[in-house]
Amino acid sequence: MIRFAAASKSYRVDGALVPALQPVDLTIEAGEVFGIIGHSGAGKSTLLRLINLLERPTAGKVFIDGRDVTAAQGAELRKLRSGIGMIFQHFNLLSSRTVADNVAFPLRLQGGADDAAIVARVDELLDLVGLTAHARKYPAQLSGGQKQRVGIARALASHPSILLCDEATSALDPQTTASVLELLADINRRLGLTIVLITHEMDVIRRVCDRVAVLDGGNVVELGPVADVFLHPQHPTTRRFVAEADHREGRGAEFPGVPGRLFRLSFRGEATYSPLLSRVVRDTGVEYNLLSGRVDRIKDVPYGQLTLAMHGERLDDALVQIRDAGVDIEEVAR
Amino acid sequence: MSPMQALFPNIDWPEIGQACIDTLLMLGGSLLFTIVLGLPLGVWLFLTAKGQLHARPKLYAVLSLVVNVLRSIPFIILMILLIPVTQAITGVSIGIRGAIVPLVIGAAPFFARLVETALREVDRGVIEASQAMGATTAQIVTRVLLPEARAGLVASTTVTAVALVGYTAMGGIVGAGGLGALAYQYGYNGYKPDYMLVTVALLVVLVQVLQSLGDRLVSRYSRR
Repeated sequence: MIRFAAASKSYRVDGALVPALQPVDLTIEAGEVFGIIGHSGAGKSTLLRLINLLERPTAGKVFIDGRDVTAAQGAELRKLRSGIGMIFQHFNLLSSRTVADNVAFPLRLQGGADDAAIVARVDELLDLVGLTAHARKYPAQLSGGQKQRVGIARALASHPSILLCDEATSALDPQTTASVLELLADINRRLGLTIVLITHEMDVIRRVCDRVAVLDGGNVVELGPVADVFLHPQHPTTRRFVAEADHREGRGAEFPGVPGRLFRLSFRGEATYSPLLSRVVRDTGVEYNLLSGRVDRIKDVPYGQLTLAMHGERLDDALVQIRDAGVDIEEVAR
Repeated sequence: MSPMQALFPNIDWPEIGQACIDTLLMLGGSLLFTIVLGLPLGVWLFLTAKGQLHARPKLYAVLSLVVNVLRSIPFIILMILLIPVTQAITGVSIGIRGAIVPLVIGAAPFFARLVETALREVDRGVIEASQAMGATTAQIVTRVLLPEARAGLVASTTVTAVALVGYTAMGGIVGAGGLGALAYQYGYNGYKPDYMLVTVALLVVLVQVLQSLGDRLVSRYSRR
């Protein structure tokens, strides 16, 4: 468990203190995949680095598993860090070492382990990330996705309980992003380690995270389970992120000439696959136009979101039926 | 008369051979000590610079000033200024051993600056990743910075070795021996153009060999 207690960070620029992160109170549970989303300069990178103290809070405290680590120094700090893996946007592999030596690097830094044990651990990790065949190659000979897999193997080498992901997929193409995110989700399930990731893409959050914090101007402006935040974004920044991920239309002004009132229906879980609309139409005789829609998954939960124009004498009855079926309805102003 | 004697009437070949050996000894000795002193100094400069692992801006400013001062004194002046120091360290002020002290003091700051520049080329992200893995500063220097900068460090060594060839030739003027001394004494003062030609040609060959050796190592160590 990671807990920020009023942790804040300011940088000194030309003698003046510039705040990067306002006091944050936040708890990240053990074993969850926690996403932090924000634009560049929102403070997400700083927040992530407070966890392994690559950045020290200007004020406030950071607790890991109930222990205040804020003031850790020297050997204590290095021990803390060796229990926290980290992967990076630009992979940050040692270009002068092979894949196998990169993965072995944190183990060799810590000393103690004998060479046979290190070799065995490296084999195991390369197998986990699917790079056994590339053990003797140098990073420059690998694709971006393969480099990130090396990064992941290296981060996991010393059995950390926390994995920090710093824009880990931002330099990758969409297909590679998907496979790296799948690997992260798989690692989270199999090893039960806590993953904290920062990103500027809502899609990354939707695919792997359990909960999300939205950061804007150094403040946490929204926090909650991904499905809640994704389907019912409250803060304008969150809405923008969701709209980008969703290519969402459904604004009233975009549908001139369509009769009736506009509604956005959000289905979640099993409701997504039930024939609700056709039943409601049959029962109440309302008519509808489907204006936009999407059926997808948030992590493992199916969801759907439809924008409809509805009209008919028994419209209110129809809305009640839909709501009773556990589907959220918001009216969209036109 | 053999063709060699016809072409180079004045040359005493065994003397040229001895001068080659002297030059190589001065070069080897001074390069060794230049690296021994300059490498740690370069690492120190790098670490204490603003925004680096052990940023100490005031210390950096002092180190930087000392390096700059030593680099700005013309080598020939430095050699004369250092005569008392040389005598204190080696017991002699001339000859091969006597030349090595000013050669090192002239070249080490130069090499240190090149080392600093080479280390700055190392990706900051890699250093951050090492810190995140719990590396100590000593581990970051020996296992990350120096290996990652290997190609740049070899290139810096090559440049320094070539500069040292030039310095050794100047050392010849104040009695350090070597090819430079022959070029000056016989070629220039004694007006024997064949001496000038042969000694300069040998220096050119030496520089070429050093440079291509360095280039070959650089391309072998480049893994980007």
